[in-house]
Amino acid sequence: MSDHHILPLKTYFLIFGALIFGTFLTVAVTYVDLGWFNTPLALLIAGTKATLVILYFMHVKYSHKLVGLFAFTGFFFIIILLALTLQDYYTRGWQEPLPVDFLDLGQNLK
Amino acid sequence: MVIQILKSPQTQLRRKKLSDTAQTVGRQHHFETAEQQYESATLGMWAFIAQEILFFGGLFGGYCVYRNLYTDAFRAASSLLDIPLGTFNTVVLIGSSLTMALAVRCAQQGRPKAIISWILATLALGSVFLVVKYFEYSHKWHDNLVPGASFEWNHPEFVNVFGGNVKIFFSFYFVMTGMHALHMVIGAFLMFWLIYKVMRGQINEHYYTPVENMGLYWHFVDIVWIFLFPLLYLIG
Amino acid sequence: MNAHAAESHKNYLNETYGLKSWLLSLDHKRIGIMYLITISAFFILGGIFASFIRIELLTPKGDLFEAETYNRIFTMHGVVMIFFFLIPSIPAVLGNFLLPLMLGTRDVAFPRLNLLSFYLYGFGGTFTMLAIVLGGVDTGWTFYTPYSSTYSNSFVALALVGVFINGFSSILTGVNFIVTIHKMRAPGLTWFRLPLFVWAHYATSLLQVLGTPVVAITLLLVVFERVFNIGIFNPTLGGDPVLMQHLFWFYSHPAVYIMILPGFGVISEVIACFARRRIFGYSFIAFSSLAIAILGFFVWGHHMFVSGQSTYAGMVFSFLTFLVAVPSAIKIFNWAFTMYKGSVQLDSPMLYALGFMGLFTIGGLTGLVCATLGVVVHIHDTYFVVAHFHYVMVGGMVMAFLCGVHFWWPKITGRMYSESMGKLSVTLIYAGFNLTFLPQFVVGYLGMPRRYHTYPEEYQALNIMSTAGSSVLGLGFGLTFVYLIWSLFKGEKATANPYKAKGLEWEGMDSPPIAHNFIDIPVVMEEAYAYGPDHHGDPDPKKSSDPAKEKEVV
Repeated sequence: MSDHHILPLKTYFLIFGALIFGTFLTVAVTYVDLGWFNTPLALLIAGTKATLVILYFMHVKYSHKLVGLFAFTGFFFIIILLALTLQDYYTRGWQEPLPVDFLDLGQNLK
Repeated sequence: MVIQILKSPQTQLRRKKLSDTAQTVGRQHHFETAEQQYESATLGMWAFIAQEILFFGGLFGGYCVYRNLYTDAFRAASSLLDIPLGTFNTVVLIGSSLTMALAVRCAQQGRPKAIISWILATLALGSVFLVVKYFEYSHKWHDNLVPGASFEWNHPEFVNVFGGNVKIFFSFYFVMTGMHALHMVIGAFLMFWLIYKVMRGQINEHYYTPVENMGLYWHFVDIVWIFLFPLLYLIG
Repeated sequence: MNAHAAESHKNYLNETYGLKSWLLSLDHKRIGIMYLITISAFFILGGIFASFIRIELLTPKGDLFEAETYNRIFTMHGVVMIFFFLIPSIPAVLGNFLLPLMLGTRDVAFPRLNLLSFYLYGFGGTFTMLAIVLGGVDTGWTFYTPYSSTYSNSFVALALVGVFINGFSSILTGVNFIVTIHKMRAPGLTWFRLPLFVWAHYATSLLQVLGTPVVAITLLLVVFERVFNIGIFNPTLGGDPVLMQHLFWFYSHPAVYIMILPGFGVISEVIACFARRRIFGYSFIAFSSLAIAILGFFVWGHHMFVSGQSTYAGMVFSFLTFLVAVPSAIKIFNWAFTMYKGSVQLDSPMLYALGFMGLFTIGGLTGLVCATLGVVVHIHDTYFVVAHFHYVMVGGMVMAFLCGVHFWWPKITGRMYSESMGKLSVTLIYAGFNLTFLPQFVVGYLGMPRRYHTYPEEYQALNIMSTAGSSVLGLGFGLTFVYLIWSLFKGEKATANPYKAKGLEWEGMDSPPIAHNFIDIPVVMEEAYAYGPDHHGDPDPKKSSDPAKEKEVV
């Protein structure tokens, strides 16, 4: 029967090790001030960990390409949700403010 | 459309396969082959996971918006979360992913006792995670940081941080980690059901789809936490 | 081909008897029938709310209902029609019934999940009905915050729980269809030999699986906000109501494509059959369904142009919306070219399909008007928008649903309905529909706002026209119910293929089908829509050879 490629134990423990390393790395990096790069770096590490889990623990590397497509699709549409929503918030400041006094409710909208 | 109502190759194959009882464990009548059933189940599980990704995605989306709007408040609120405890929990959950993966591996090898042991290990680690979460939650409750009637922001040491924005952070914290914990609890029940199936001899090296799909679900729960942890606990 | 006589052979309807054999049935055909009954009931309920709206709007003053009550009426009309009628409609009824038949298989991939979907739909419907009976919701079907989350005094949480549960019905149906289409196709049935109905349902299922969870979490957040006051949509705490709109419309825009793509699938089948020609540009229609599904996720901000969203974001969304109109237009052209030089027979299903083409075109073009940033400032929240979406949803999807129900009625029930009644009702529906909604374009453009139960005197004439039209429309729908149900008892028994249509469901089985669909799984050797002398066989001769040598089923 298909997929049924049984991974060696060593692979699982190696990936586990990488995931733990990634965890401690991301905690350590929090205490280093890299300015705006901290957040993307955290996401990059998390993304790498997630990819390892998907490819090896969830066997996507050894499965039919269609499975990988399904996995990718979920993440792709989250990116769309985030990108198109955030582009609204990022560009709100680009207009001249309307000539009415708005209460500043902690939103710092300008 | 020319249709030939023949004995299709699949039908002939099925007639032959019916004699191999090991391969018909759990096979449902509307599938032509066990292979088709296995692949369908895996694809179905992945389609469900894609849906779950979007479910949490909505929460991540909302969180990202507010984190960008109220960076200082979010930073202040996040500093009140316990990083060592969060790190510990992350390690525990990744460990439970390992034990779950090993359970699936044992299923591929047709070793029922080993499957059950690894599933129990996964359950144990998952329980540790939930217990730690319980302590974190009750700690927050005592500090009046659970959104709702009892919420109170009493930290003047954080300058220029508006309590309402902090409440938004904690709303996301509780809803996101709460949803995650709920998924873990559901996973735990499913694992008990799975142990039952293994004990009843319904899983063997030719048919272990339920174990594999349980693994996919559990790994997904792990992935959600992999993103939750840095986003909630590790804001610079 | 099949030795069974058209008389009472054993089929899925009479195979087993008793309520339990239906309510616990795993047969996709029986599940489709159960959905048909329940969505018809919801359609009647939604229609009753609609009639209250139209009666109130006969006069400029709000004399029939209080404003509060009117708010509840139009909200319940929207909630019931969208979540409990339109979104399930074609997929749950015709998709469930026909997909396994068209794919040459015995059932969907996950029959138990299919039954669960039905019960989730019923369960969700029960919660929402409870909310209605207790007094309803007054937020509009869009549940905008902070009104819905903080200030409304109606049964918001209860209704939202119902919608939430119903959402999972939609998701699981989508999962089922995607896997079924990938994995359960008969030997020889490659992707490009599939009926376009199948492509349409595949695209719809993508939308259901990927979009619904986002609205699920959004509505859940609104419930939490309401019950626990968590504050994320509360402006006094810094919450942004526009965020709720982003998350809500991320699903609800793809939802409108869920509410039209299956209709496109039906129209493709019917036009090919009654023009006796293969569909012009098969692969264009197939790919345009996928394009609509994917692009449909990029355009939700066009519901938010005047919400406080940034103008630059508005420009992005407006541009993307113009793009998504292209695949829909491609289909209309292709259907028109299919009919060119065909031998068109004007049976009732074909009349529905022709009506669809005209009405959907108007709806689609007015959608472009709504997508134009400059214009929308003027027409947002007016009856122009109301008319636009009714043209696509009623003139489009409901017509397509009735088209499909009529077309496959002989196959599903084993009976023929009265053709003259069919023609009468489609005429009534078409005329009534236009009389109802065409005036609404005008009155909306002149400035009449939506969701108001009063309006200035000068709009009354158009409103009276609209209400008159809605009576004719209601008569048309009512007539349809009557003669379809009548046909179950007195209709002529149907042969296996009364329309001489192509397709496994027509050529591979009797009417109605046997419980297991096929005695032996068929092997497919030709392209779809092999009608008439000018169809050509599969362009790739190698494909027609031994199906056992086909690549693995993807």
